[in-house]
This record gives sequence, C-alpha cells and structure tokens, in this order.
Amino acid sequence: MVSAMKEAVGRVAFDLKRQSVRDLNQFLHGDLSEVREVVVENPDGAHSLAVGVNAPVHVEICGHAGYYAAGMNKEATVQVRGNAGPGVAENMMSGHVEVGGFASGGAGASAHGGLLVIRGDAGLRCGISLKGADIVVGGDVGSFSAFMAQAGRMVVCGDAGDGLGDSLYEAVIYVRGKVRSLGADARLEPMKDEDHGAVRALLAAAGIAHSSAEFKRIASARALYHWNADANQTY
Amino acid sequence: MCGIVGLLLKEKSLRPRLGEFMVPMLIGMTERGPDSSGMAVFTDPVALPNRKLSVYCGQPGFDWRQMQEALSALIGNADFEINENHCIITVGADPAMVREWLAQEYPAVRVLSVGRSIDLYKDIGLPSEVADRYGFSRFSGTHLVGHTRMATESAVTLENAHPYTAGEDWCLVHNGSLANPGSLRRKLEKLGERFESDCDTEAACRYLHWRLTSGDSLEVALEHAFRDFDGFFTFLMGTRDKLALVRDPFACKPAIVAETDEYVAIASEFRSFAGLPGIKHAAVFEPKPAEVYAWSVQ
Repeated sequence: MVSAMKEAVGRVAFDLKRQSVRDLNQFLHGDLSEVREVVVENPDGAHSLAVGVNAPVHVEICGHAGYYAAGMNKEATVQVRGNAGPGVAENMMSGHVEVGGFASGGAGASAHGGLLVIRGDAGLRCGISLKGADIVVGGDVGSFSAFMAQAGRMVVCGDAGDGLGDSLYEAVIYVRGKVRSLGADARLEPMKDEDHGAVRALLAAAGIAHSSAEFKRIASARALYHWNADANQTY
Repeated sequence: MCGIVGLLLKEKSLRPRLGEFMVPMLIGMTERGPDSSGMAVFTDPVALPNRKLSVYCGQPGFDWRQMQEALSALIGNADFEINENHCIITVGADPAMVREWLAQEYPAVRVLSVGRSIDLYKDIGLPSEVADRYGFSRFSGTHLVGHTRMATESAVTLENAHPYTAGEDWCLVHNGSLANPGSLRRKLEKLGERFESDCDTEAACRYLHWRLTSGDSLEVALEHAFRDFDGFFTFLMGTRDKLALVRDPFACKPAIVAETDEYVAIASEFRSFAGLPGIKHAAVFEPKPAEVYAWSVQ
C-alpha cells in the first residue's frame, strides 16, 4: 500500500479516482492485522472490487460496483452502498456481502458459504450452482435463479421469474411473492417448523422484517438424481 | 464483447453539449470494445426534400472538393461538411440516385447513413482515438447511439463497425452474437435488401428495418425477432425521434439505464455513467429481458 491514506488507526481509505483497483486489491490481500475498515470512494462501476479478501475486515464500497465485486470473499464483510454488476460475491466462501441497491445477473453464483444480502432486485441466474451459502434478496429474482443449486438457502422477499430452481440438488428456496414458473424437478413443499426458523433467522441476519408465514418452500423432487430411461425426456 | 452507449437529452438547453457528455461514456466502454467505434447523432431534421448522407473514404488525401464539384454539376447544389475521413453531404435530389452515382463514380466511398436527422461516424481504433479524430465532443443534437466493438465473428474493418443503418434515419448497435445471420441474410436478400458487410449485426439491422417498413410496430417487429434470431443480443436502436433498447430473453448481455429530468442514458455498464451530471441522483435500473424500452424526443 503506497498511497492509501490512514485516516485513523485501523481505517484506510482508497479513492479510485486517484488509485487503481489493483492498489486496492493488493492492499486487501496483504497483512490486514492492524486494519479494521477499508473505505472505497468513487468506485464508479469498476470491476473486481475487493475480490479474494481473506481476512475479517470491513470493506465499504461507497457507490456502484461493476462485475465480480467481493468474489471469492472469505471472512470479510463487504458492503456495496449502490448497485452491483454481474457476479457479485461469486464463489464466496464465508463472510457477509451486502448490496444496497440491485444486483445484476449471477449474484452469488457458486458461493460455498457466508451470507449475501441484496436489498433491491437480483437479475437472472441469482444463486446459480449455489454450493452452501445463504442468499437473501429483498426484491425480486430473475429467471433461472438457483439453477442446479447444490446446497445453501435462498430467501426471496419478492417474486421469482421463470425456471426457478431448475435441476435443484439440496439447496432450499423460500419465496414470499409469486413464482412465474418452477424449473424441472423443483417443487413446492410444505413449510415445517425448521423452515420457519430458517427464514426468520435469515431475515433477521439481513435486517428485513417479514413474517415467515408469508413464505413458501421450494426444494428438489429428486427425480433427476438417477437416470430414468422410462421418463422419455419428460422432465 | 462490445460496449453500447446511448444518450437522449430531454433538456433542450443541453443539446449543444450532447457530444461533450457522450465522449466519456464511449471511452468508459473501451475495455469492452477497443477495436473500433462509432456514433450516430440525431440532429434537428433538415427541411424536405433535403437528405443528409454520411459518407466515408479511407483513401489518404481524398479530394472531397472535386467530388462536390462533380456532384453539384449533376444535381445542382450539394453541401459538403468534411471531417477527416468522413463527410456529411446534404442534397435536395433523390438520395437513392445519389447513392447509385457514388457507387459508380467513387467505389472507394462508403455511404454510412441516409436521412434527415442522422449523422454517422465510425472508424477503426480505440474509442478515444476515434472520438478525437472526428471531434465527437463538439457534436450537438437531440440523441445518439454509440458503440465500441470487440470483434468476435468477423474482421476488424470499417464495414463491420457499428452502428449499422438501413433505410433512412434508422440505426442499430449490438452487443452479443447471432448464430444464424446467414439464413436471415438469404431471406432478406430475396426480399431486395442489399448487404454491405459480413457482420451478424447487419442482418439484425436489416431484418428489423424490413419488419418496421412492412408495417410492424417496434414491439411486433421484436416479437418476430425473438423467434427468428438464434443468438444473444442487447440492441440499442435509434430513429429520428426515439431511442429503443431490448435484451434477449436470457439477458446474456448487460445493459443499464440512468434517467434524470435532463436525460436518459443507456450503457452496457455503469462505468459509462460515472461522469454524467447529476448521476448520483439519477434513477438507475437494469432493463428486464425481452422487454422493449423506448424513449422519445420531446
């Protein structure tokens, strides 16, 4: 870190009008033992902001982020004050990523752990191939969300587009609004006590106030788990 | 990959600054399209029966004034506004006849656009180089459509750069690629459309123009396009008084819109909006797939 300004102990500011994304990310990949918070001013839609962070630091992005913000995040809390481009928190391992506005396509793709909160809408393919993370979306999700999601949970406070949960494995989706269509092998299931508990806990973690009673559960019918020659491509 | 930008000024007093606002938007899309770039600017229409032809000649030292004399001798008055490799020719004669004459007498000269409002510039090079070469920042007008190209399916040439035009005062830029431009082209050529490049985008441009001139509304034309186009696309289209945007049903390619009381800005990514006045207070949204968005000049 050459030119980042230490404003106070533990707080470091980067201004992307004067510094590069590489300056920022190299700093974030260094020794952060003395750093509590990193503030990123003027992100202006830059790509790959705060990717690959591997420390319990708080990163605040004061504006809109471009592609892949907070990708591969581990332990860090990354807050995007504005909107996020495609692939926010893709392949997140742990930690907490929050988007104040909307997120474009592929939000939380392949994420293994941690919590992704999107306060606005999420675009298409939200949580595609989810591998264990939790995603809470305050608004709607686009089509093909949770496609082939293997593990983890997704809470959608608004509506879902077409093909929700197509070819689901063991991830579970909770939707408050309307689902335009379910994907192959995804089905509605009754909400049990543990589902109400899960939705309540995830909404509390996201700071969103809805009753778990308003949500429905969508999970895999597991009909695609084994090849069935008699199915004749009907699914 | 390619970059798309569009800007429509609602606030009339800003129209002299259209180019100034647009250049940072175009440069913001450099990483998406460093090969070539172009821009269609729509101005107040010239009075009938006049038409403007935007033409290009890449020959060094080409004698535009000699061409102006020859054309004026043929049709009376022809106004030439020369700008490097480009020239805007304003004529009162039938533009089809002028095109025919140009093709015969000046085969190295390409007609990029025809209409009462449209001026079209495109060239090979980084967006910043092309913008400097033609002084994009000085342009004024009501709205514009711009593009930065990263060639994927055809060569880096002037002909393959965007925007594409068909007919009069109609242009289209494309981010994405089509898998069936050949079959679209064969279908359209049978109907009399003439192609000038190998680019898949030209097939889309001529297809939509053919549907629109056959009487379809933009919505109906695009419904047909969703069925007939095999591929993915974000299209931004310009007419004399409109910008229209559509993304394919799978939203494979990005698009973002920012709207204030003064303007509507469209781009592939937010990066292009960063320098716009009042952007911090703009309503920013991501257009939904397979929905037609259109904005009109007031």
